Amino acid sequence: MATYILKRLFGMIPLLFGITIVSFLVIHLAPGSPVTIQTDLNPKMTAEARERLLKFYGLDKPLHVQYYNWVKHLVTFDLGRSFATDNRPVIDKIKERLPITIFINVLSLFLILMIAIPLGILSAVYQNSLFDRSTTVFVFIGFAIPTFWLALLLMILFGIQLDWLPISGLKSVNYEYLSAFNQLKDRAAHLLMPVLLSAFGGLAGFSRYSRSNMLEIIRQDYITTARAKGLSESQVIYKHALRNAFLPIVTILGLSIPALIGGSVIFESIFAIPGLGQLFYNAVMGRDYSLVMGELVIGALLTMLGNLLADISYALVDPRIRIK
Amino acid sequence: MKNIFLVFGLLCSIFFVSCEERSKAPDQGKKEAQTDRVAPPAYGDTIIEGSIGDASNLIAMLASDSASFDIAGLCYNGLVKYDKDLNLVGDLAESWDISADNLTISFHLRKGVKWQDGVECTAHDVMFGYQTIISPNTPTAYAGDFQEVAKAEVIDKYTFRVTYKKPFAPGLASWGSVVVLPKHILEGQDITKSSLTRAPMGNGPYKLKEWKTGEKIELVSNHDYFEGRPYVDGFVYKIIPDTATMFLELQAGNIDFMGLSPLQYLRQTKTKTFQENFRKYKYLSFTYTYMGFNLLNPLFQDKRVRQAISYAINKNEILEGVLLGLGEVATGPYKPGTWQYNPEVKAFPFDPEKAKALLKETGWADADGDGILEKNGKRFEFTVILNQGNNERRKTGEIIQRRLTEVGIKIKIRTLEWAAFINEYIDKKNFEATILGWTIGQDPDVFDIWHSSKTHFKELNFISYKNEEVDRLIMEGRHTFDREKRKQAYYRIQEILAEDQPYVFLYVPYALPIIHMRFRGIEPAAAGITYNFTKWYVTKAEQKYTIQP
Repeated sequence: MATYILKRLFGMIPLLFGITIVSFLVIHLAPGSPVTIQTDLNPKMTAEARERLLKFYGLDKPLHVQYYNWVKHLVTFDLGRSFATDNRPVIDKIKERLPITIFINVLSLFLILMIAIPLGILSAVYQNSLFDRSTTVFVFIGFAIPTFWLALLLMILFGIQLDWLPISGLKSVNYEYLSAFNQLKDRAAHLLMPVLLSAFGGLAGFSRYSRSNMLEIIRQDYITTARAKGLSESQVIYKHALRNAFLPIVTILGLSIPALIGGSVIFESIFAIPGLGQLFYNAVMGRDYSLVMGELVIGALLTMLGNLLADISYALVDPRIRIK
Repeated sequence: MKNIFLVFGLLCSIFFVSCEERSKAPDQGKKEAQTDRVAPPAYGDTIIEGSIGDASNLIAMLASDSASFDIAGLCYNGLVKYDKDLNLVGDLAESWDISADNLTISFHLRKGVKWQDGVECTAHDVMFGYQTIISPNTPTAYAGDFQEVAKAEVIDKYTFRVTYKKPFAPGLASWGSVVVLPKHILEGQDITKSSLTRAPMGNGPYKLKEWKTGEKIELVSNHDYFEGRPYVDGFVYKIIPDTATMFLELQAGNIDFMGLSPLQYLRQTKTKTFQENFRKYKYLSFTYTYMGFNLLNPLFQDKRVRQAISYAINKNEILEGVLLGLGEVATGPYKPGTWQYNPEVKAFPFDPEKAKALLKETGWADADGDGILEKNGKRFEFTVILNQGNNERRKTGEIIQRRLTEVGIKIKIRTLEWAAFINEYIDKKNFEATILGWTIGQDPDVFDIWHSSKTHFKELNFISYKNEEVDRLIMEGRHTFDREKRKQAYYRIQEILAEDQPYVFLYVPYALPIIHMRFRGIEPAAAGITYNFTKWYVTKAEQKYTIQP
C-alpha cells in the first residue's frame, strides 16, 4: 500500500509539469497581456511607459525564459507576485479568499450529501412512486433554475419584504460592535442563503447518482438471496443494499475535493462574497498570468490528490478491491 | 472621490464601463431635490457607498482602476485640483506663477500641511513624487505628462518649480494628488512592495481604518486635515459586484450612496421608501459614445458618405432607446456646458432623405433593386465591432443597423471579448467601424485622439484621422495657458470635426447618483456632487452610525 501511494505521488510530478506547460501556453496565447489590459486606450500611456511595464513584469523575455523563471520559483513553493496593479504575492491573494470559499463549499457539500443521498435511495426503493417523481421534479428544478434569478427573488423576499435575513456580504456594518454570540449569529445569518442556494443547485447530481446506484444494486443476485432467505424488506434495503450503494459515493467525494476551492463567479458576485471564483475570473479577464497559474497549480494538485484519495478509500471500504 | 484621474482612463472594458456607471465625474447640477439647510452642520455619522469593484493599489500612480483612484483621492491631496466649476485651483499649492514664455511654473505651497504621522508636507515630497513617477523602475501608466518636464527644482521648502521643454498647458492639471508622496516614508524603498500600497499615509481628509479585500474599505476622517475636519466621520466603500444586489442593499438601507442605471432612476425608485429616504441627482457624465470609421477603408474616405451615415442615424432615438432619454446628444468630443464646448457646430439631425441624396451624389445607387446600395458592382456593407458585456453599445449598434438599412446600407454587428477586440482589431486597424466611448478630460487637450501623429500601433487615433488644421490647432491649444486663445482653438476643432464626421458622435450619458436623505450640504455643480464631500454633513438628530474610537 505504501509503495503504491509513493508511486502515485511521484507519478504526479511529471503530470503537474505537463499541466503547467499547457496552461502557461494557453493563457499566453489569449490576446492581450496584463500590460495591455491595464493600459489600453489610456491617453496618458506612452510607448516608453508600456516598455517599462513589460520589463517590470518580465514579459519582455521570450516565453520559455518566462516559463523557466516561473518554474524556478515554483519549486521553492513560491507562486510569484500578481501581475495586477497591486503586485501582491499570489499566495497572499489566494490565502485571504480560501477560508470563506472552502467553508461555504464544505457546508453546502455536507448539506447536499445529507439531503441528496436519502432522497436518491428512497426514490430508488419507491421507484416510480409519487415521491420518486416529485423528488425528480424538485431536484431538477434546483439544477435548472438560474442561481442569480432565484437568489434575487429570495433576497427580495427574505431581505426586504420579510426583513429576516441580510441581503449580501459576510458581516453587518456594525459587526465589530456586536457581542461574541451576536457576531456568530450575524455570520450565520449571512451564510444561510448562499449555502442553501448552492446546495439546492447541487442536489440533482448526487441524488440521481445514488438513485441509479441503488436501483442497480437492488437488482443484484445477493439482494435476491437476502430476500430469499427471508430477511425483512428493511433489513434487505438498509443493511445489504445501502452499504453497497454508498461505495461509488466515496469516489465522487474524492473527485469533489478540487471543487472545494472552486467558486462560481455569478454566485459570489450576487452575494458579494469575496471568494476564489471572483478572484480567478478577474485574473483571467485581467490576464494576471501568475495568479491564473497559481490557482491552476493548486487546482491541479487538489484534483490529483482527490483522485488518489478516492482510489485509496475505495480500496479501504470495498473488500473486493485490493491494491497490489 | 474627486475623480480628476478617472478621466485619464477610458471606459471601455466591461470593468471600466461598469465603473463608469457609478462614476461621479459630472456636470451642471440639475438637481432633483433641494439641498436645504435645516440644522447646523455636525460632526459624526458614516456614509456607505456601494462599489462594484475593489481597489487594487492605493498608491494612485501604480493603479489603473477607478476604485483605487476614489479611495486614494480621499487620502491624498495634490498641488492643484478642479473646483466646482471645473477651474483649476490651488490645493496644496496656495498659488502658482507661470513665466512669460509659458515654460516655467512655480508652485507656492501652503505652510503647515501635515502627513498623517505629523511630518510636514513640503516641496520635497512633490519632488520625490515627481522623481518616482518618471523613474524607469516605477510601473506607472501616468508618466507621459511628466516626461514633458525638462527640469524640476525645489527652490525652498515651500516652492516647487518645473520647467517644460515646450509650453504644455495640460501639464498644469497633472500636478494633482497622483504625484505627491511622503518622501520620509518611501525614500529608498521599492514602491511596488511598500506598505502604502495597501495602507495609505496621506495628507488628505480621510485615512484608512481597515481594508478587507473584496468586502469593504473603511476610512475615518482626518481631524488634522488642513482644510478643516470633514463633517462625516466615516466613509465605507462596500464592494458589491452585482448591481442588482447593490440596489437591493440600497433599498434595505444598508448602503447610502450608489450610481443608478437609467431604469432604476426612472422606474424602480418611484416607491414611497425611496422618495422618503433618498435624493436622486442627475448631471452629464464625463464620457461620450461614438461610432468611429476606419478612415483607411475606401468606403469611408469621402466625408459626404460619413455625413450621410450621420444624417441617417437618429441620435435622439438612440438616447431614448438606450438611456431612456437620460443623456444628451453629443456633437463633438466635449461635454455640453463646459467652457471648451462649442454649442454651434454643424448639426446632423435625423434626415434619411438628405442621407440618400448625399449617397446618390457620391455614386451609390441601388441598381439591382435588392434594397442595398452598390457602386462599381460593390455593395455598401460593413461590419461594426464592439466589446462584449456592454449592453448600451450593443443596443446602440442594433438601432443604427435598422436605420442604415433604411437608406440602403447593410451593417453587421460583431461583439468581441475586450482584449481580443483591442489587441487584434483596434490596435491592428483591422476593422471597418466600431462603437466605443471616451472619457472626456477636464482639460480640453485632445492630442492623443485627434492628432495625425498618433496613428501608429497602439495609439489612440486608430481611425487614422488626418487634418492639418486640426493638428495645428491642437498644438496651439497645448502651447498657451490663455483660456480665451485655447477656447478659440477648441471651438474651431469642434467645427472641423462636425464637418468631417470622422466619428458619428452619439451621446453623453447622465451620471445618476442616489444618496440617503440625511446627508446635507450636497450642492450639484459643473463638477458633479462629490467635489465638496468634506462639507457634507448629517445633523445630530439624524445620525445613523457612530464610530467608536
